[in-house]
Amino acid sequence: MSHHDDYQTHQAKILTPSFYVLLTLTLIGFALIALRFIKGIGAVSNMNDGYPWGIWITYDVATGTAIACGGYAMAILIYIRNHMQYHPMIRSAVLTSLFGYGLAGFSVMVDVGRPWNAYNFFIPSRWQLNSAMFEVALCVMAYTTVLLIEFLPAILTTIEEGKWRRTHALLDWLEPHIKPDRAAVLSKLERLRLGAAWLRPKLNKVLIFVIVLGITLPTMHQSSLGSLVLIASTKVHPLWHTGFLPLLFLINCIYIGFSIVLIESIISSYFFKRPFEVKELAGLAKIIPALTLIWLTVVIGDLAWRGQLGTALALDFYSGFFLLEFFLIAGGSLILFNSRKRESVRWLFISAALITIGGALYRFNVYLIGFQPGKGWHYFPSLAELMITVGIIAFEILGYQVLVKVFPVLPKLHFDLHLPYGQGRHLPEVKGAKA
Amino acid sequence: MKNPSRRNFLKMVGVGGAALATGTMGGSADASEGLKIDNDNVAMLYDATRCVGCKACMTICKRVNLDSGSLSYEQAEFDPDGLWDAPADLSGDTRTLIKLHKESPTKWSYVKHSCMHCQKPSCVSVCPVSAMIRDPESGIVTYDKGICIGCRYCQIACAFNIPRFQWDKALPQIVKCDMCKSTELPRTGTTGCASVCPVDAIHFGKRGDLLIEAQRRLDAEPEKYIQYIYGAQELGGLNHLCLAGLPFERLGLPIVGDQPPAEFSEKIQHTIYKGFIAPVALYGSLCYVAIRNMKKAEQQKSADKKGGDA
Repeated sequence: MSHHDDYQTHQAKILTPSFYVLLTLTLIGFALIALRFIKGIGAVSNMNDGYPWGIWITYDVATGTAIACGGYAMAILIYIRNHMQYHPMIRSAVLTSLFGYGLAGFSVMVDVGRPWNAYNFFIPSRWQLNSAMFEVALCVMAYTTVLLIEFLPAILTTIEEGKWRRTHALLDWLEPHIKPDRAAVLSKLERLRLGAAWLRPKLNKVLIFVIVLGITLPTMHQSSLGSLVLIASTKVHPLWHTGFLPLLFLINCIYIGFSIVLIESIISSYFFKRPFEVKELAGLAKIIPALTLIWLTVVIGDLAWRGQLGTALALDFYSGFFLLEFFLIAGGSLILFNSRKRESVRWLFISAALITIGGALYRFNVYLIGFQPGKGWHYFPSLAELMITVGIIAFEILGYQVLVKVFPVLPKLHFDLHLPYGQGRHLPEVKGAKA
Repeated sequence: MKNPSRRNFLKMVGVGGAALATGTMGGSADASEGLKIDNDNVAMLYDATRCVGCKACMTICKRVNLDSGSLSYEQAEFDPDGLWDAPADLSGDTRTLIKLHKESPTKWSYVKHSCMHCQKPSCVSVCPVSAMIRDPESGIVTYDKGICIGCRYCQIACAFNIPRFQWDKALPQIVKCDMCKSTELPRTGTTGCASVCPVDAIHFGKRGDLLIEAQRRLDAEPEKYIQYIYGAQELGGLNHLCLAGLPFERLGLPIVGDQPPAEFSEKIQHTIYKGFIAPVALYGSLCYVAIRNMKKAEQQKSADKKGGDA
């Protein structure tokens, strides 16, 4: 199981301009969250009794967890479909998933009105097994824990093998100010290092059971995210309200997961100035259209079976959003059916983006756009409400950006590099480079 | 709603006051499984043709539940001092509301909005922590703010948009009618609103008796009423029944069908999670596949190594 030589820590400065931009957005978001807790949800949000779930649930939870399904999709591919060659890509996918799920859970705590009662989820006599929400809540909490354990090897490796350069720098900086007991700190560090060295091989032995749990749990709660709106049969537009919602949400999150892995890999290669992993990406891209084809077939077949094809083509507000979602997904998939375009980073990016946007729009359609509580109700998120979501997304990107520079997350580069950062601050370590 | 014969059918039911299965006429056996309308529940009958719109019911409702529900009086725009409680809709401050529906100077009706106390309530089915429960004996659907996490799933699920949320409070709760279960009902044996209604437009009693009474009124003055008891069969039976002289959907009581949505969603959820067998089986078989794949990969690796050494 020990694949830790598949990964490397990205050597670069942490405090970049984008760090400060993201930090600002994060702080604005968190300030507004503070306001929400002081003055009530109504003070920052446009949600109302007709639309009790707004952008926070629709984006941060229902859509955000699908976008965070990269770790899930990659785990299926690697461990179940047995494509070990993709193994180096999983750690960054797991990290993104960890942020996505952790922050979805955080958003829920911002969204719910009485978060101090959340402990009731752990009291069996209060369990309500009929509720899809109960299932989603427990699964999401469990899966976040699983992701944390899946990411633990990266942290342990760093503790064990890291040079603690930043800690030393901090100690140096502190020295003249408060004179910390340097020896004590260092001996504690050493004990931490020994602990990590003890834990890591043990963890590696049982990790596969945790990883498989990390495949089972999303299968359960992603389908339950679809089941969640089944009960609103009088409110969710007939284009989207179907008994197949659990199945559609499940497939939807897997193809979004793969698309996100493509996008994330391309973006981080671009911004971190690493070579594109074209071969792996093209291989991944082959799977996506097969999934979307199944999904689109279920959607159309179900509409035909329920006699709603006419509604889909009515060209009104709802049909418009349905067709947009449909063509985004179908269009992105068509590109990926072409094997030449699969080899082009640009086309890969475009098609993955189309499919992700289309797949996310599907979830918006189900939760918000196609939700009709009755006459007289309107909802469009307020600026403060949007800024809270933006702040949470910014925090997600910020965290990813920082952690790949602290822990070995990104796939190890298998060839010599003339890295283009000329500042010479942190020259890339060539420790263990094979080529 | 779908056809007039169903209304006649309902009429029959009303006269007999008999408990009957609520499944669709389609006759799918498992759809109506275990779902019988319980006519021994307590219920309320609101007769819009009798209502004079005095709002006494609203006044006592707020007074009785003011503290337990942390309700506030709602100001009208012209009354900044808040001398007069003037809610425009059900809200985090108002559990019961009389509205006027006016089509012309001669054609109008009052209508009462409050919890319908479904026999198969969606809000109870979706609440993840059992903060909404239906008392099986009385049929009253109650809310416990001590358990509620404020997720508002009950609001999403309710076909009548009854549960309301206190959007402007830092410590908000869900607000909805509980038939005075812990206030007026144990003290006086009736609900606050029914006890103050000067014209008996709100009648409290056993559901079976109320159905008989409703049918008696429909028969006695057929020209005054739409020949339909709203709630007799809606969503598998409501314990808040309604009679009116104008079509119910125009009064804001939506056409919802007879099938309880909770039955549909629970059926799907139960099929997937029956006995927790499917998740465990999934986990087991995935473990098997994953471990086999890993062993294969390790063998491959060591074989490669040997090949390399040779």
